[in-house]
Amino acid sequence: MRETQPDGGRAGAALARAYLTGFCLSLLLTAAPFVAVMTGALSPGATVFCVFAAAALQMVVQLRYFLHVDASRAMHWNLMSLLFTFFIVFLFVGGSIWIMHSLHYRM
Amino acid sequence: MMAVEAVHTQEIVAGHPEHHDMEPIRSLGFWIYLMSDLVLFAALFATYVVLSRNFAGGPTGKDLFDLSFVLIETMLLLCSSAAYGLTMTAMPAGNARQAMVGLTLTLLLGLGFVSMELREFTQLISEGAGPQRSAFLSAFFTLVGTHGAHVTCGLVWLAVMLFQVATKGLTAPVMGRLTRLGMFWHFLDVVWIGVFSVVYLMGVW
Repeated sequence: MRETQPDGGRAGAALARAYLTGFCLSLLLTAAPFVAVMTGALSPGATVFCVFAAAALQMVVQLRYFLHVDASRAMHWNLMSLLFTFFIVFLFVGGSIWIMHSLHYRM
Repeated sequence: MMAVEAVHTQEIVAGHPEHHDMEPIRSLGFWIYLMSDLVLFAALFATYVVLSRNFAGGPTGKDLFDLSFVLIETMLLLCSSAAYGLTMTAMPAGNARQAMVGLTLTLLLGLGFVSMELREFTQLISEGAGPQRSAFLSAFFTLVGTHGAHVTCGLVWLAVMLFQVATKGLTAPVMGRLTRLGMFWHFLDVVWIGVFSVVYLMGVW
């Protein structure tokens, strides 16, 4: 146990750096859309873009720095199942919005 | 029976206790569960987006949502997710005390989040803007409530793990559970990014 301590310390320090980076980026990416909507400083189109771009970026940041998903060998199946789920989610949400919007338009 | 025993003996002889090999498999299994949960949330998001303009003459998001309140809620959940980092970084060094500090902080911040959400819900219901008022509000309560129920389960899990670290210390099975609890907790924060963007920011805008 004592032998693993220095190595454990180094792994802990790398992990701490990842959490700190993720936290700072998340703070920025949360503040930006709230400021954009609350002040109304941007044009309507730019506000919507800002909200969704910040949300997508923050999801990537948290997946990378908090959930440690990357292209490494150890995370291969996590990444594959995540990408597959994103595909399903895209069909689910995109398809529902598309078909219901079209139905609404026709009625 | 004989075969099972033979395999078991082989493992002991080879010097690979079962749990060493099982931990990554367990974490991947838990990850698959999280992915199925993501599909559940996607269905609720799709339902919400489709119904989000069906106010039935009732209040809209603009009338109901208070963005500064939601910003505080968001900060509480984000800070609790980051606070769990204290627990994760404590594990490689075997620092049980720091792990418990991380768990306690996460628990308190998460409790703050859930109590704010409950306050919002009771206030909405008392104003007559309950889930039965319109399709928009039904979808709102279902989506946000499902997320809140997940966070509440996470709080129970946090309390259980706090007790386990206190009584058992950072043993291999306890550390495996802490890793999976971290995955669950961070996952709920990722889902909340979608909730505050789609429901609250787009609802008020």
